[in-house]
Amino acid sequence: MGTLVEEILSRRVGRPVHAGDTVVAEVDAVMAHDVTGPLAIDAFRSLEMPIWNASRTVFSFDHVFPSNSVAASELHRRIREFAAEFGIRNLFAEGICHLVMVERGFIRPGGVVVGADSHSTTYGALGCFATGMGSTDIGVTMATGRSWFRVPETLRIEVTGKLARGVQAKDLALSVIRQLGAEGANYLAVEWGGPTVSAMGLSERLTLSNLSVDFGAKCGLCEVDAKTWEYLHLPDGGDLRPSQASYAGVLRVDVSDLEPQVSAPPAIENVRPLSELAGTRLDEVFIGSCANGRIEDMGIVAGMLEGRQVSPTTRTIIIPGTRTAYVQALERGYIDTFVRAGAVVMAAGCGPCLGRQHGTLGPGERALSTSMRNYPGRMGSPDAEIYLANPAVAAASALAGVIADPREEN
Amino acid sequence: MARVFRFGDGISTDAIMPGRYNLTTDPAALAKACFIENRPDFHETVRAGDVIVAGNNFGCGSSREHAPLSIKASGVSAVVARSFARIFYRNAVNLGLPVIRCADLHDAVQDGDEVVVDIEHGTIVAGGRTFQGEAPSAVARRISEAGSLVDLIKNHGWAAIEEVV
Repeated sequence: MGTLVEEILSRRVGRPVHAGDTVVAEVDAVMAHDVTGPLAIDAFRSLEMPIWNASRTVFSFDHVFPSNSVAASELHRRIREFAAEFGIRNLFAEGICHLVMVERGFIRPGGVVVGADSHSTTYGALGCFATGMGSTDIGVTMATGRSWFRVPETLRIEVTGKLARGVQAKDLALSVIRQLGAEGANYLAVEWGGPTVSAMGLSERLTLSNLSVDFGAKCGLCEVDAKTWEYLHLPDGGDLRPSQASYAGVLRVDVSDLEPQVSAPPAIENVRPLSELAGTRLDEVFIGSCANGRIEDMGIVAGMLEGRQVSPTTRTIIIPGTRTAYVQALERGYIDTFVRAGAVVMAAGCGPCLGRQHGTLGPGERALSTSMRNYPGRMGSPDAEIYLANPAVAAASALAGVIADPREEN
Repeated sequence: MARVFRFGDGISTDAIMPGRYNLTTDPAALAKACFIENRPDFHETVRAGDVIVAGNNFGCGSSREHAPLSIKASGVSAVVARSFARIFYRNAVNLGLPVIRCADLHDAVQDGDEVVVDIEHGTIVAGGRTFQGEAPSAVARRISEAGSLVDLIKNHGWAAIEEVV
């Protein structure tokens, strides 16, 4: 009974809990990556406690992988040594942590997962209460298997209408951020629902849950249906939906007339219709990230780049989010298409999203990215500009060398 | 007296600690990079006890704890903002960096003003006026009293939090 987050946390603690209550709850898995991991290890070691469960503890090498510096290699070494000492075998260097967590079976509908990365909200698409935390919280969970949560109030986003061709989940999320602002859901659970979300595939729902944190949400949940279980290759465990829920707010969105959206610098809530920004010159296009780095995103891009050439004045970087997505892209000929089109394809990981390696922006440079953050300095120089959009817009823009409308492509 | 370092709205963890500078866990090294691009003179000019006063959504974005850790290691005695991003606020409490939500202070002070912050009571005196910050939650107060989340859990376990909720 209640909102999705109330339902999940009530089941977990074995008594009915409601928004405003604070609970200490067991988690199903705990994750850190190559940048947040070492600080989590420091916190864990300070506790002088044994590890809670090595098989539910995950480290992902993705933010700087392969390492690009002595400092990054040093962080990786510290994680490997820690894992060896405590018998942790879940050391993954096969792509972006949030996609790997899903692929590797750590996420279950109705579960509770915490990660030392803000986009841990991504798992909410699978009906899992999942939230990002800092390294200290994660180190404590590695030792105890638990964390504390204030049960959040819920903002329900009820979505109706059919998305037009070239318009995707990313555009829905950006249009919501335009309406609510960058802290519009601060401390709240966001519940994505309605017929449009039910009709979406899981790849698109994962984009919605991913971007939920970028307007402040503690978690971004989608209802569980047959598609959820199928995506996870699990027998159907039944639906999970809110019932008799009391919401802090309900936002109704009709996407029938939505056009592609672009978040313009200097902040994510500066969202404009694509038509207002078309023609803006670009120095870089990045396609990938935990928002839009799945095989479905790669397929959209390959379909548009097939047999064509990206603009010679724009560096185009494409990164399948995981090794699995990379192999699928190889098998389907997408990688061949990307390379022949003149794009640079890089190893599965976070890539340019956080400005630490590959395509770091210089002052005055302008990028369009399928990632989710455009704060000044995010991808390199604080004097660079970052525009955020869906993969189809990114592909059309890579071809044109300027922000371009995919609906004008054949 | 503490001096004010005043920041605007939406200061992200990328602005506090850019992703190209946090490949270390050493607090002293992180302090040198604190606001390195957003306010390059910060590290040179900040003194122990100074106070950051910010607008809305301070610390938004990445969960990187290097951001509050770098502020703490810079000697800043408190961050007072109109609002904080959720993860940053929790990280700061966990580390023992005092954070105070206060609606009115930001508009009332300028960079370099002198203020007195009473962390225990959440009050700030600036320009002869007293500003009252919001009281922290019972859990946040419990962690702050212990010094840090690590100290609380190490010495008292989860019971220390379960008994105040």
